[in-house]
Order: sequence, then structure tokens, then C-alpha cells
Amino acid sequence: MSDPTIGSMVTTPPAEDPAVAGGTAPPDAGLPAGKQRQGKPRGLLGDAWLDLRRRPMFWIPAVLILIFVVMAAVPQLFTHTDPTQGLLERSRVAPSGSAWFGYDVQGQDVYARVIYGARASIVVAVLSTIGTVLIGGAIGILAGFRGGWVDAVLSRIADIFFGLPFVLGAIVILFTFNKPGSSNSTFKIMMLVIVSLVVLTWPVSMRIMRSSVLATKEADYIVAARALGASSARIVFKHLLPNCLAPLLVYSTILIGSFIGAEATLSFLGVGLHSPVVSWGIMISESQNYIRVSPHLLLFPATFLVIAVLSFVMLGEAVREALDPKLR
Amino acid sequence: MGRYVVRRLLQLIPVFFGTTFLIYWLVWAVPGDPFAGKCGERRCPDSYIAFMTEKYHLDENVFLQYLHYMQNLLRGDFGQTFGGRSINDLIAAAYPNTLKLALVALAVEGIIGITAGVLTGLRRNGFMDNLVLVSTLFLIALPTFVTGFVLQFLLGTKWHIINPTVSSDVPFNELIVPGFVLGSTSMAYIARLTRTSIAENRRGDYVRTAIAKGLPMRRVVGVHLLRNSMIPVLTFLGTDLGGLMGGSIVTEGIFNINGIGREVYRAIVTKEGATVVSIVVILVLVYLIMNLVVDLLYAALDPRIRYE
Amino acid sequence: MSDILVSEQSASDASGRPTGRLLEVDDLRVEFRTRDGVAKVINGVTYHVDAGETLAVLGESGSGKSVTAQTIMGILDTPPGYVTGGQVRFHGRDMLAMSSEQRRRIRGEGIAMIFQDALSALNPVFTVGFQIGEQFRIRRGMSRADAKKRTIEMLDLVQIPNAKGRVNNYPHQFSGGMRQRVMIAMSLALDPEVLIADEPTTALDVTVQAQIMDLLAELQRERRMGLILITHDLGVVADVADRIAVMYAGRIVEEANVHELYAKPAHPYTLGLLDSIPRIDEKGQQLRTIKGLPPSLLNIPPGCPFNPRCPMAQPICREKVPPLLQLGPTRASACHFAEELVNNG
Repeated sequence: MSDPTIGSMVTTPPAEDPAVAGGTAPPDAGLPAGKQRQGKPRGLLGDAWLDLRRRPMFWIPAVLILIFVVMAAVPQLFTHTDPTQGLLERSRVAPSGSAWFGYDVQGQDVYARVIYGARASIVVAVLSTIGTVLIGGAIGILAGFRGGWVDAVLSRIADIFFGLPFVLGAIVILFTFNKPGSSNSTFKIMMLVIVSLVVLTWPVSMRIMRSSVLATKEADYIVAARALGASSARIVFKHLLPNCLAPLLVYSTILIGSFIGAEATLSFLGVGLHSPVVSWGIMISESQNYIRVSPHLLLFPATFLVIAVLSFVMLGEAVREALDPKLR
Repeated sequence: MGRYVVRRLLQLIPVFFGTTFLIYWLVWAVPGDPFAGKCGERRCPDSYIAFMTEKYHLDENVFLQYLHYMQNLLRGDFGQTFGGRSINDLIAAAYPNTLKLALVALAVEGIIGITAGVLTGLRRNGFMDNLVLVSTLFLIALPTFVTGFVLQFLLGTKWHIINPTVSSDVPFNELIVPGFVLGSTSMAYIARLTRTSIAENRRGDYVRTAIAKGLPMRRVVGVHLLRNSMIPVLTFLGTDLGGLMGGSIVTEGIFNINGIGREVYRAIVTKEGATVVSIVVILVLVYLIMNLVVDLLYAALDPRIRYE
Repeated sequence: MSDILVSEQSASDASGRPTGRLLEVDDLRVEFRTRDGVAKVINGVTYHVDAGETLAVLGESGSGKSVTAQTIMGILDTPPGYVTGGQVRFHGRDMLAMSSEQRRRIRGEGIAMIFQDALSALNPVFTVGFQIGEQFRIRRGMSRADAKKRTIEMLDLVQIPNAKGRVNNYPHQFSGGMRQRVMIAMSLALDPEVLIADEPTTALDVTVQAQIMDLLAELQRERRMGLILITHDLGVVADVADRIAVMYAGRIVEEANVHELYAKPAHPYTLGLLDSIPRIDEKGQQLRTIKGLPPSLLNIPPGCPFNPRCPMAQPICREKVPPLLQLGPTRASACHFAEELVNNG
């Protein structure tokens, strides 16, 4: 399906050749001995960090993300109001000095809900990303490294899950296990959403990892390691992984952003998180019928959502540019 | 070349059956009463249960069920809704609307995305370049439903430039804004992809040769550069069309377009298992065929990969 | 010693009269402006080529030989490259002062260029017939059919077997040597007066190298073209060149006709180059090299740019840049001790 951000973002493999990230000699290998930096050569990741450190396009989203993470972990720092406490007399009251973002349909404080909403949105997104990357990455390494029929079978399995349109698959899964009106606990609901996101997205991280591995597998230093008698496990963990991480790293950052949007879309459709959980998606969904009269119900959660997603995407872009040796 | 096509078709078959079986299993075979909620909120009449059980072989194990279902399918029979309506008719009524929307979205994202990408790819670091970079980032970050909401509200309800919802005969001009919403994220991607592709190819040796031949810049850019740079962009567009043809639950919902996305959503919510599975089967088939077409397109565009 | 500057050329330049040479580069200066500083890539290069003769421009990577060629053709990457002085005259008219449209018209028709790696230099998505035919269709306005006929003639000319059958093939379907022939055919389509060949055989096998060089020589003779052959390979040069210009750090350090150069080089660098060629009668001995590395063009040492590596360096070499001294009607050398070198040998 083309509507949620995942679909388009995720089917486009990174434009750069993943083989580039699997660099060979350390960057200063060609210089005469005196000019080489003291100590261990830093490698691509170390160089990337130095590059990132001096870019404002890295710090701005990084700081924003930090704020959101703190908001998610300790919402009490930002507000003392209970987000689920509603007084119907205050229904849809516009923003004012005492309630900066106004009140929603049930008279709950919108500002408090937006702050508490960060937790659900970010936790779901981060856990889903970790799951997708770990599972997809592991399968990708296996498929790429082993090759042969292992690769064929795993790739076909990935294709099967790929064939499921994202929103559709999510709706079917969530509907089957989390029918609206069922009284699942907050934890269970969140886990279900996370599981469906992971189940539908792992093929993409698998493909990225697999193509990285395929490109790096034939590199001379891998062959050399093998000739020196290194075991497969050692080759994978010490040599392959560090060099294949770069595209996956970029992808994970952007993926967190997409998942925040995806969770919101699912909540909007009514199959994602629902009350008593507070999330930005739920708030936007609830604001549907009142846009004309109370635009603030849409405005504030939407703004926070967009800023959060934008921060992750921008961070991902900054990381991608820093990791691209061609731009040096 | 022919062997390549055959190989891909063979790969397609297990994937098709795998995905459709997955969906079938999720809809019909998850532990519990297969008829729970299939007739709305009421309990299904016994006659109906007997009829459906016999028709879909529900008393047998899930694999056999699936087999029977596919047999019917391959004969062209998609089954019926619980209300007795032919699913074939339902799909035939809804799919053309989805296709129209898909084509409009493709056109919008292609034209705007490629133009923006070409202009900024040729001349980097201008005001235009930064504008495109920032706006594409923004479009990628906005979930479709937010874009849809906001545009529907601003352009339709508030400023009355368009109809907030699309009329039932689905004319093309009313699909422009929904098409834009549907294609907004892809448009951002296309702009960036085009920009990168052009910027990279600009430094290619063959561009230098073309200039050294004394060809006018118009031709160097318009023929030599573009033809190479467009390869990843066109294949992306092809893949995207595959996704677009899968319908958009969100966009069709917001703009009230009677397409396949809305039908499947409705079917899920009203627990019409047969409809859901049938529609998904079609969507998967379309998606897989589009993938194959894109691979062929890639081979057509890039002679280097034709001869492997 | 008398500083007899390179004679005829400068006299005619000053008064602006055309000198009658086909193509000449006159005191060209080019710099590359980078983040790390300004690299002086070409520092006063002067050479010429006439109809029917072959000038070989010899030098290591970084000597500036390719950049000079690119400047002649007008395909220098600007930024970061900038021409800061000098002229490039074709039939006496300075191309650097022309409009871009005028320069464009000279490309292909007046001066053509072939490159080192034919696979990347040819467009991978168009057939060779299309790419060669383009010259006929676009620049000469021929019909498709006529262009195709002429294209096949060109492919025959460069001795590609079964030209008619291969005209619709793509570049990657040819072997390396065949591809280079295609490039040669493409460059000669409009019958240029000068052909610049930038390392045409470096990427090819030795046997194929010889074939391509023979082909170039033959075509040049038939068409009375001026050929500028850019290379770092002394072996290739010996057979084909009439005159040789040796470049180092963006300067011409020696110029001579081919017999003179090989018999008695007049510059320590040329001496070092010739000396380093392994000889079959010296089996078992250590290979001789020129010690050190070429200078960073961001930071060229004062005086003679070769002085850090020169076995004969004297204090004057570190202070004064040696001018290009005329040693005879066809010889020049930029060394303070050029005369001694020639006389003592």
C-alpha cells in the first residue's frame, strides 16, 4: 500500500552502493608513516562521528530527539496535569493562558496529552525498529553469508511478507488479535502493534543487510581472514558486521521516524492503540470530526508528530551523508 | 532474456501462494469460531453456517480449505459476501476507481518530482536546491493521513477551492488533490532520487565525451545525461505504481473515493472474511506482476543487464 | 649562459600575427582552487603541433599533461579548474577568447579527443551506431539512413570486423581493443584536423596496444592530421612520435625530436626516465628509479620543481626557475645545466 510512510520509504534501497560502506584500507593508509594518525586507525564509523559532530544538521535533530526521549521517559517534568482526567464542561475549550493547548472533546488537557502521548509513540517506534533490525538483520546475514538454497528459501519467505500490503496486513493482523472493544491491557495492545509492525517490515531490513553482506563477502580481506583460518562466526562478527552496519544504521534512524507515522496511521484507522493509551495518533484520530470548529485539537498533536518524525528523518540524512565516503 | 523471465515467473508462484495462504490463515483459521462476527453482531443462522461450511470445506484442515478456495478462485469465482452479493461484482465496481486514482497520483508525483529533481540536480546549492531539499524532507515526514486531512480541510472545507469529497463518478479532475496526497511521500523520494542520479551522472566520463564531441549542451543533458539518470527513477516509479494499484485505505477513506482500499477496509470492519481474502489475492497478484514488469523495464532501460 | 628563449613563437605572439601553426598552446597557466588551497597544475606550458606530425606529451600522473589537453578541448571542470593565463591558438585564433558556441563548433570538426577508458567514455545505454551516427545526424544534418551508412564506413575504417552486423551493438559487447577503435571512429567522424589521444592504450594489453598505435599512425598519415599523444609510456612513444615534450609539475622540461631525445636527453628528469627502463641485457641487476615523489601541486618547491629529486642539483637549482632554453632548432630544455648534459652525455 502506498499511503503510510513505510511503504514508499522502505522499498527504496539506499541510493548509495552498500559496498562503498565496506571500505578496505583505513583512510590514511596511503600516507607516509609520519603522517598517519597515532594509535589505531579510526575506520569509517570513527571518521563519520568526527564529521557528524560539526554539523548543525546533526545537532538540531539530535537535541530535539533528546527532548522527546526525556518527554517519553519522564513526562512529569513537563506537566503535572493528568492526561486522562476530563471534565465535560471544558469540552473543546480553545487554548488559553491556563491551558496552553486547550481541552479536547472529553475535557482532557491537550497539552498534557501531547506530552504523555510522546511515550506511546516513541516507545512503540523504537521497540519496533529494534525488532525489525535485529530480526531482519540476522536473517539477512544468514541469507547473504550462506547463499545457496538457504538464501533462496529465506528470500522467498521475505518476498511473501513483502507481498502483503502494509496497511492491509497491519489491519488484518490487528483486527484478528486486537478487536476494538476487546479489553486488552495497554501493554498487550502496544506489544500487538509492535509485533505487527515488525512482522510486516523485517523483509526490508533483511534485504538491506543481505545486499551489504553479498557486496562485502567477496572482499579481499574476508578471503584473507578465511585463509588465516578464522571461523565463520569470527568472520561475521568481527569483519562483516562492522562494514555492513552503515546502511542499516541510516535505515534504522529513518525507520523510527516512519514507525511513528505508521503508528499514528494505524490509530487513525482505529486498529492501533486506543484508549486508555494516549498517543499522538489517537489524538489526531479523535480530532477528525471537529477540525472546522476546534482546529487546535488537530494542530498540536500533528505538530509534535511531524517534528518528531522530521527529527529522525533529518538525523538519518545527516548520518547517511557522514557515512558516505564519496562525499569526503 | 526469455530464460530470465521464466525464472522470475517461477519464483513468483511460491510467493503468490505463500502470501495468499498467510492472509487466508489470518482471516479464517485463527483459533476460535470462524464465524464469530462474520454475520455482523448477530449469530449466523444455521442454514448459513451449513452452507458456508460445505462450500468452503471449513470442517477440513486449513490447508485443504485453502486449496479448495484457490480452486474456486482459479475458476474465476471469488465467492459471495454474507449478504449474497458477488464479490466479483464488488471488485469490478471498485477497482477502476482505484486505478484512476493510482494513475493520477503517479502522474503528479512523476511530473513534479522529476522536474524538481532535474532542476536541482543540474545546479546544486542554489536557493531552489535548498528549498527542494527542505520541502522533500518535510513531505517524507508527514504521514499521508495528516497531509490528506490538512489539504481537505484547507482546500475543501475552508477555502472552497475543491470538493472536500470526490463525487461518485470519480472524474479525473477531482482526483488531482487526492492524487497529490497519495503521491506526496513518493514525490519527495523521486525528487531526491532524480537529483542524486543526475548529480552523479553529470560527472560521468561519457558526459565529458559527449561535450568533447561538440554536441550542444541541450543534447548532452537532454539525451545522454537524462537517459542514464532516469533508470533508477523510472524503476522506482514502476514499483510505486505496483503499490499504488494496491489501493489506498487512507486516501480513499478521507476523500470518500469508492475504491478497492475502502472496500477492503469496510470488509475488515464488518468481518467479511471472504471479501478480504479475495481482494488481497488480487492485490498480491497485481503487486507481484508489477514487480516482474519493473524488472523487465529495468532490463529494457539498461542494456548492460540484458545479457546475463 | 645566454638565455635564448624559445625563439620564433614569442616573436610572432607579441605582434599578434598568426604564426601558421595548426594548434599551439602558448604559456598556458591553470590552477585548481580547492578547499585545501590553490594547486598550480599548469605553470607556463607552450607546445604546438602541425598537420601530419605527432607530438607525444610525456609525463607522470600529476604532471599536467591531461589537464592541458582538457583545456585545449574546453572540457576542463570549472570549478575547480581555472585558466589564469596564456592562449590556445587554433589556426592562429585564441580559443580561450572565443564564445562557448564558437568553441563548441571546433570540437569534433577541428579538434577531436579520445580517452583512456573506452568503456566509461562511451555511453552505456546507446548503441555504438547511435553514438557515432550522432555526429553525422546532429552536426551534419544527415538523414538516419545516410548517417548509418557513414557510420559503417567509419567502423570499417578502424578495422572492426563485420561492421554492418556490429553497428547496433552496445559498448559493453565489445572487447577493450575494439571499444577503443569505436572511440577512434567516433572521433574521426567529422574529419578533424587535430586528434588528441589521452593515454589511449594504457588500459589495454600489450599486443592490442601495438595494434591501436599502428591504427592511429596509419589514420594520421592518411588524413594528414596533427596528433597529440599523451602518455607516460616511453615504449609507446618511440615508434609513433615525431617530437616529444616532457612535462613535470605543470611545466615542459624538455622538448626534442624523438631521435635526439632517446640518443641524448638534455634534462635530468628525462635521463632518469630513460634510465629506469629495464633492459634485457641488464638482467640480474637492481632496477634504477628516480628517488622521491612528484611534488604536491599545492606547494611546489622554489626554483626548479625537479630539484629535490635531481641527482645533479646545485644551489642555483633551488633558487632560480630554469627557463626553457633553446638548444638547437628542435631542442629545448629547462635545466640550468642543459648544455653540459647534451655535450657530455
